[in-house]
Amino acid sequence: MTVMSYLGAIGAAQREAMDADERVIIIGEDVEANVYGTTGGGKSRSDKGDFLQRYGKNRIRNTPISEEGIVGAAAGAAMTGLRPIVDLSYSSFLYMAMDQFVNQVAKNRYMFGGQASMPVVFRSAMFYGLNTGAHHSDRPYPMFMNVPGLKIIAPATPADAKGLLRSAVDSDDPVLSFEACLLWSTKEDVDENEFWVPLGVARTAREGTDVTVVAISSSVPEAVAAAEELAKEGVSVEVIDPRTLVPLDRNAILRSVAKTGRLVVAEPAHRTCGAAAEISALVAEEIFDSLKAPIIRVTAPDMQIPFSPSLEKQMYPTRATIAAAIRRVVDLPALQPVAAAV
Amino acid sequence: MAELARDTLREMQLRMLRIRAFDERASKMVKRGHIPGTVHTSIGQEAQVVGATMALGTGDYMSGNHRSHGHPIGKGSPLGPLMAELVGKATGVCKGKGGSLHLADFAVGSLGESGIVGSSIPIANGAALSSKVLNNGKVALAFFGDGAANQGVLYESMNMAGVWDLPMIFLCENNQYALSTPAHTVTSGNIFERAAGFGMPGIRVEAGQDVLAVYDAVSEAVARARAGDGPTLVEVMTYRYNEHSEGLKLGTDYRNADEREAWLKKDPIVLFRQYLASQGFSEEELDGLQATALAEVDAAVAFSDASPYPDLSVAFDDLYTDKESAA
Ligand SMILES: Cc1ncc(C[n+]2csc(CCOP(=O)(O)OP(=O)(O)O)c2C)c(N)n1
Ligand SMILES: [Mg+2]
Repeated sequence: MTVMSYLGAIGAAQREAMDADERVIIIGEDVEANVYGTTGGGKSRSDKGDFLQRYGKNRIRNTPISEEGIVGAAAGAAMTGLRPIVDLSYSSFLYMAMDQFVNQVAKNRYMFGGQASMPVVFRSAMFYGLNTGAHHSDRPYPMFMNVPGLKIIAPATPADAKGLLRSAVDSDDPVLSFEACLLWSTKEDVDENEFWVPLGVARTAREGTDVTVVAISSSVPEAVAAAEELAKEGVSVEVIDPRTLVPLDRNAILRSVAKTGRLVVAEPAHRTCGAAAEISALVAEEIFDSLKAPIIRVTAPDMQIPFSPSLEKQMYPTRATIAAAIRRVVDLPALQPVAAAV
Repeated sequence: MAELARDTLREMQLRMLRIRAFDERASKMVKRGHIPGTVHTSIGQEAQVVGATMALGTGDYMSGNHRSHGHPIGKGSPLGPLMAELVGKATGVCKGKGGSLHLADFAVGSLGESGIVGSSIPIANGAALSSKVLNNGKVALAFFGDGAANQGVLYESMNMAGVWDLPMIFLCENNQYALSTPAHTVTSGNIFERAAGFGMPGIRVEAGQDVLAVYDAVSEAVARARAGDGPTLVEVMTYRYNEHSEGLKLGTDYRNADEREAWLKKDPIVLFRQYLASQGFSEEELDGLQATALAEVDAAVAFSDASPYPDLSVAFDDLYTDKESAA
């Protein structure tokens, strides 16, 4: 075990994947200079571990700023023998390539009767909570959950970032990885040896018996903090991190809610048609009779993200808003009015 | 012009005849409801298609567009599974999941036709990227129309192919119309000249109804790509005889009759037949090619007719490589 940051764990997974298979290449804007911190050893080109030095320009490719062309080329390369990891930097830029994601990446295998396999990973950072204004603060994973043919991961811990990325690279289907910048600097002990976290398997971040909180991406640590808070008042909260949104580990969610009878879903994406909406519907459809209280979603409101730090703060689930939702489903009185979006 | 073996010349004519016969039959089948939906024929554009596809090797890659049957036929894909695909049968080349717009036959390097104008251009570019990274000597070609030539992704792709010296050919089938829109009314400057902005050769084949002229131009581009000298834009001037799609009836006469007459006089199959006759092919042999193509199409239709429709469960296969991931 060694202490790794979330970002360091992604870098480690990319290095392992590059070492394990010559067909793995990394393409994206500014990957040669390691601008986003996942393709290098340290601060300088001469540092041990610099990807360009290790793997050369044939496998580490800076691209022009041409997201549609990049995503399409990565798809074509994946269909013909490579296993590209595409670094799209900010997830807001995925929209530039929407046609390629929806019409080519997601559909080609199906339309062509299974002739194509599409072993490609598209990584992007969700830059929310960092006062960058509306153009860089998106959390667009639910839009892509609406496109059959894509697999979607949203790791919340360094260990999952490493293990899920290895599975994503090894998958013969296209995987979109949504990485929250708020998690970049979180650290934990991570196995420095190779390991794989399977796609489609949720993680129980914390066990409990009274309430299930299903939390996504940066809402996971907030949910765990809320759970610890409520534990002091004798409420036992289970926190489930799906980790993979497509395929979703339905059984893990249903099993937990069947046990606790109460569900709060927390995520940083918009409310309408979000992952939380999907998970709530799943539970209501499948195990309505187990529910002892209405399901509560804690999400970002259907609003654009304002720049001013004082305004942006209230937009995403926090430990306070998640705790308030938990109090409601277990019928505890509210502590204080919580201004944020519930 | 390179001296071509008689077998190659014969094969060129046969492939053009196959496309003509296949598309004429498909057109009838659409009108009779035998093929669901519609199709876009390559009738009139056979020289442009076959000149390009025969300049490629079987191992080379290609992507295409909605005018979609000629490309795989030109690349050597067998007709039966193509016809079965158009009808929606289980034996279709895409198991009945793609249809006319989405033909693909990976066995001959056909990475797929596309219903979205311009969308498959970067797919071929990516295939060229993998050839480059894997150093396997393959080249890739993207077919697209004069209409698609105004999609931004073409220029993103040309830039990337240029800066990376990809073994790539951008092949613009300029049939001078995008549906009802004359190319010159929506296209600033000449398409082939846009290559200069990316530092790559741009060539226009004016004699686009002459299969050998197309073959020569594309062969040169292929040789350049294989030698590691990067991409080429080839614009081929041609004309479609039929309406944009079969069964489509437009109220306005956007193409004038004289223009069509003039192009009909330059029919690629007739022109090449004359050339072959001048090269000593007998009338009998040339008639035989025609008969062969028609018989192959008859056999393809018979194959399709005899094939079952897919089992309903097939609709839920092949979304992912593992079935469990599908909802
Ligand atoms: C992105 C997109 N826009 C519009 C269409 C509708 N459409 C289908 S084919 C076509 C004309 C295409 O013209 P061109 O690229 O010249 O090909 P041609 O049909 O002439 O072979 C149009 C407008 C489409 N399928 N995709
Ligand atoms: Mg056209």
